[in-house]
Amino acid sequence: MPLNIVVCAKQVVDPETPASAFRIDEDSKRVVPAAGIPPVVNGFDENAVEAALQLKESVGANVTVISVGSGFVMDVMKKPLSMGADELALVDDPRVTDLDAFATAVALAEAIKKVGDFDLVLCGRQASDWDNAMVPLGVAEILGLPCVTLAQKIEAREDGGITVHRALTDGYEVVNANLPALVTVSNELGEPRYPTLRGIMAAGRKSPTVWSASDLGLDESTLAPKLNLDDLFIPVSDRRCEMIEGEDDADAGRNLALKLREARLI
Amino acid sequence: MPGILVFGELNQDALASVTGELIAVARSLAAETGDDVAVALQSSSIGDAAQEAISLGADAVYRVESPMLGEPQIDAHLAAFEQVCVHVQPHVVLVGRTPMGRDVGPRLAFRLGAAVAQDCLEVAIDPDTGRVSATRPVYGGNAMARVSFAGDGAQVVVVRPKTFEPLEADASRKGEVTDFPVDIDESAIKVRLVETVTEQSEGVRLEDAGIVVAGGRGLGGPDPFETLQELCQVLGGALGASRAACDAGWIDHSHQVGLTGKTITPDLYITVGISGASQHMAGCSASKNIVAINRDADANIFKSAAYGVVGDWNKALPSFIETVRELRDS
Ligand SMILES: Cc1cc2nc3c(=O)[nH]c(=O)nc-3n(C[C@H](O)[C@H](O)[C@H](O)COP(=O)(O)OP(=O)(O)OC[C@H]3O[C@@H](n4cnc5c(N)ncnc54)[C@H](O)[C@@H]3O)c2cc1C
Ligand SMILES: Nc1ncnc2c1ncn2[C@@H]1O[C@H](COP(=O)(O)O)[C@@H](O)[C@H]1O
Repeated sequence: MPLNIVVCAKQVVDPETPASAFRIDEDSKRVVPAAGIPPVVNGFDENAVEAALQLKESVGANVTVISVGSGFVMDVMKKPLSMGADELALVDDPRVTDLDAFATAVALAEAIKKVGDFDLVLCGRQASDWDNAMVPLGVAEILGLPCVTLAQKIEAREDGGITVHRALTDGYEVVNANLPALVTVSNELGEPRYPTLRGIMAAGRKSPTVWSASDLGLDESTLAPKLNLDDLFIPVSDRRCEMIEGEDDADAGRNLALKLREARLI
Repeated sequence: MPGILVFGELNQDALASVTGELIAVARSLAAETGDDVAVALQSSSIGDAAQEAISLGADAVYRVESPMLGEPQIDAHLAAFEQVCVHVQPHVVLVGRTPMGRDVGPRLAFRLGAAVAQDCLEVAIDPDTGRVSATRPVYGGNAMARVSFAGDGAQVVVVRPKTFEPLEADASRKGEVTDFPVDIDESAIKVRLVETVTEQSEGVRLEDAGIVVAGGRGLGGPDPFETLQELCQVLGGALGASRAACDAGWIDHSHQVGLTGKTITPDLYITVGISGASQHMAGCSASKNIVAINRDADANIFKSAAYGVVGDWNKALPSFIETVRELRDS
């Protein structure tokens, strides 16, 4: 029996936006996306899609991608489909705020239930906007699932369980869990594959299922934020860099060493 | 009952440094709220850590001893800590953003229906509301967010380690130590730890090193990392890397510095071919002196660096290493 896999993927401001182009609108306390830099699927979520597709290849799987948000850019959100995922469901509703992870986790949990039978929920380790690393933990708690974070390798075992290698700072940890389970994926799993031309064509023909918060039965109390955003600002650094020069690069390297000795750093 | 509860962690039998830091945060909050500060210590054997916690500022310690708490088994520690929370009913719970805490804190919050703030660098009480207000890096460190807890429910605050100083230990401080027996149901353990594989890197640990030398994508391949390793040996430093270099497979991920890698705090951090993306700086911005060799004068790394060379490392690095050697030998 193929596995039913749900991948949770978020649309985020491109985290590779150069720091010099990073802007905040102080009044609305929002990040203003840099002109000409479209949003992306959160990087770790692409790693999660990759993990799902590897399982699809090894044991067979049906892969549904779910995203909660608003202002979706369809070309962006279809990328997992063009990589090889089967279906896309969007919870498109600005009332689901994301600062505190709570409403998003409830919305995802409800959407996952609506998708139906599932064996495995895969998430990214964290979203590169709020860097919360919390939504998946919430989804696992709400759905009562075994929760494994920071996967660098996921194996479906013959007995119906999974074995996961969790990335630690110095090595890894091997854990077992039964299905259904939730696993968050880290970049150590490996680079996500590129969409193929065929994948892009197939994705173009698919249209996502779209729900609102009300379709999922989310009421005002669930949607009420648990954290207030009082301020959002760009930290200022007062460091001044002393540029070390020389006749050529080799000379500059020499002078750098002399400078560090003078400053008693080496 | 104490109003502030710290999720304590142990290193073998001793208190982990992060727990001392959290107690200091708890004390600063308690100075505003008038609450007592309690610490839950969870392990298979707790030893003298309870007294240590008290000497560092705790008013009360819950000794949660169980054979199921000997391993870093997240489900077991979460189940135990949930029981302590349900008993104590604190309005502030402090958890370190450690390998254990970063899962336990948010999962606990979801179980209690409480709000949670992740990865906090500043934590205070808002004098108007009496609620916790915290500052945390977001967008990979490009921005900082100041958040406060809405409503009136429990507040779970996950604090970044090595951000706060523990208080001076005072062995004469008194506090109450209570044994807190827990009953952890086997069915609560949904994820089984099979084995831990440690990849030992030789020499100084990156997190403890006084000097760190790191390379990035600009090195172009694995071989230059051997040159950097030589420099590490000369300086007695540890080897770091950017995520781009690790993802490329040039060097193991255990060397990664940054938001999703290690946090380092050396006196001297020498970077070669690293652009200084905010997610990288998130792990090294507490370095006392950053040095950058990068051929792009506009690279972000120079904004944080104390000394920089704008140039090609192929030329600048060999002469740098040679001069360092000469200086060392003289
Ligand atoms: C959620 C998230 C988490 C992340 N976590 C981390 C993390 O923990 N750690 C981390 O490092 N990154 C992290 N990143 C990635 C980060 O955004 C950058 O992509 C990464 O740090 C870039 O690495 P780099 O500086 O080596 O490469 P680049 O940005 O490509 O920089 C290479 C530099 O080398 C210079 N260069 C090239 N050739 C030479 C030469 N011959 N001589 C001198 N200089 C040269 C170039 O001028 C350039 O500045 C994360 C990203 C996200 C989205
Ligand atoms: N709005 C969302 N829609 C879909 N998945 C999400 C959303 N927010 C978070 N996730 C998932 O949860 C992971 C961690 O997100 P976060 O807790 O926000 O850092 C992400 O990598 C996604 O897999």
